[in-house]
Amino acid sequence: MTDLTDTTPQVDSHDGLAVLERRGSVAETFGIPLAVLLELTHRCPLQCPYCSNPLELDRAGQELTTAEWKKVLSELAEIGVLQVHFSGGEPTARKDIVELVAHANDVGLYTNLITSAVLLTRERLKELADAGLCHVQISFQGNEPVVADRVGGYKGGHAKKLEVAKWTRELDLPLTVNAVMHRQNLHQLPDIIQMAVDLDADRLEVANVQYYGWALKNRASLMPTYQQLEETDRLVEEARERLKGTLTIDYVVPDYYALRPKKCMGGWGRQFFNISPSGKVLPCHAAESITGLDFMSVRSNNSIAWIWQNSEAFNRYRGTGWMKEPCQSCEFREIDFGGCRCQAFALTGDAANTDPACTLSPLHESIFKQAESDAASGQDRFLYRNFAGGTPESSDA
Amino acid sequence: MAPRHIQVTETSRVVLPRHTKLKYDETRQVWVILAPERVLAPDEIAVEVLKLCDGARSVAGIIDELAAKYAAPRDVIATDVVAMLQDLADKGFLTEVRETTS
Repeated sequence: MTDLTDTTPQVDSHDGLAVLERRGSVAETFGIPLAVLLELTHRCPLQCPYCSNPLELDRAGQELTTAEWKKVLSELAEIGVLQVHFSGGEPTARKDIVELVAHANDVGLYTNLITSAVLLTRERLKELADAGLCHVQISFQGNEPVVADRVGGYKGGHAKKLEVAKWTRELDLPLTVNAVMHRQNLHQLPDIIQMAVDLDADRLEVANVQYYGWALKNRASLMPTYQQLEETDRLVEEARERLKGTLTIDYVVPDYYALRPKKCMGGWGRQFFNISPSGKVLPCHAAESITGLDFMSVRSNNSIAWIWQNSEAFNRYRGTGWMKEPCQSCEFREIDFGGCRCQAFALTGDAANTDPACTLSPLHESIFKQAESDAASGQDRFLYRNFAGGTPESSDA
Repeated sequence: MAPRHIQVTETSRVVLPRHTKLKYDETRQVWVILAPERVLAPDEIAVEVLKLCDGARSVAGIIDELAAKYAAPRDVIATDVVAMLQDLADKGFLTEVRETTS
């Protein structure tokens, strides 16, 4: 999944185009975000072991109805949101996806579909394009079916994705290839980059797994080696240079090996929110992993703008007042906002602690060692993501 | 498929591709270009030129209109407009209408 707010500006400001995300006047005052992620459902035919959905998945019966999502879309457009990303789970598992895209288009929102692609037919994709869909992002688990179908836990998935990617371009829709990378597929990166070029994609996201929720449970099976990371850095740099003007590559590093923490979500409650299948308004898609925060729903009597501006969960980690040391006196405190709250919570038990990805965290050394020992664990079997709480990969798979 | 890379000349008829939208953002009181994963804020001149990129007018027609409107030398306007449009095209915000419009 793309971290929108961390997207490197790709357009120079001297030619009359300024990248709005970087304009202080909008983001710094907690103005309404430009783009919102809508997780329409947690249902998904794939079972990726690093799924970014929470361990406790919303059931179909809890999902917002068509009428409720339409009301959300109208409200988002009304308060100044410009783009929506339809995501999941698998957003096309919703029977009303075409209707929702059409409604978003009607109220003036720019629409992006973030999909596994395996449920799409050419007719359905055409309907989506005709309804006003502006952009398609397809996830790939590898560059060939043996690795890819095993990671996704879905036979025939890879072949279907290639087909849908082709249809996407035939329908003249811009395509982003999203490749989630980990120890067991990083060796395919050069081929994945070539696959994105061959599919005529505009963008490629090389996103190393971030370790919360399902991915944290599968950390030993997914964590790359430090050597793999160095090789990946080199490959991405080389490909960016070689493919300038052909393919834009966004790159997310695995932050256990980083020196500085990421400015997660552009800072809590500053530039981003998402809405969960059951209608909760969240500062990030992993936020529900932090216990003790009460996230308000669009089903409450409060408007989305009110929840964004005033709810306790959004205000808890805004700004710098909540910070403890070493963040509080750190010169980078408004650069990275202490990293990721979900990771701080997962690894230290307190979301207000410094993200251990930071060298200034007392735990930094130990998570670096943890990553190295996970990478050398020899554990390759996955725990697949599903509504049953996860299913271990069978040994004869 | 609409062409990705185009060479802008005075005979080109340029238009924003369907996945790129120019709109006025009422909330922030600025014109914006909406593109995949990006929101850009064009300046006043770029907005004025982009509004004329309707796929019906040729670039020469756009230059004529602007030269008349600002009572400016046509060759100066022409150089600036072609350079600006080429730049926008290189970034993927403009494509060309190649078939004849009825």
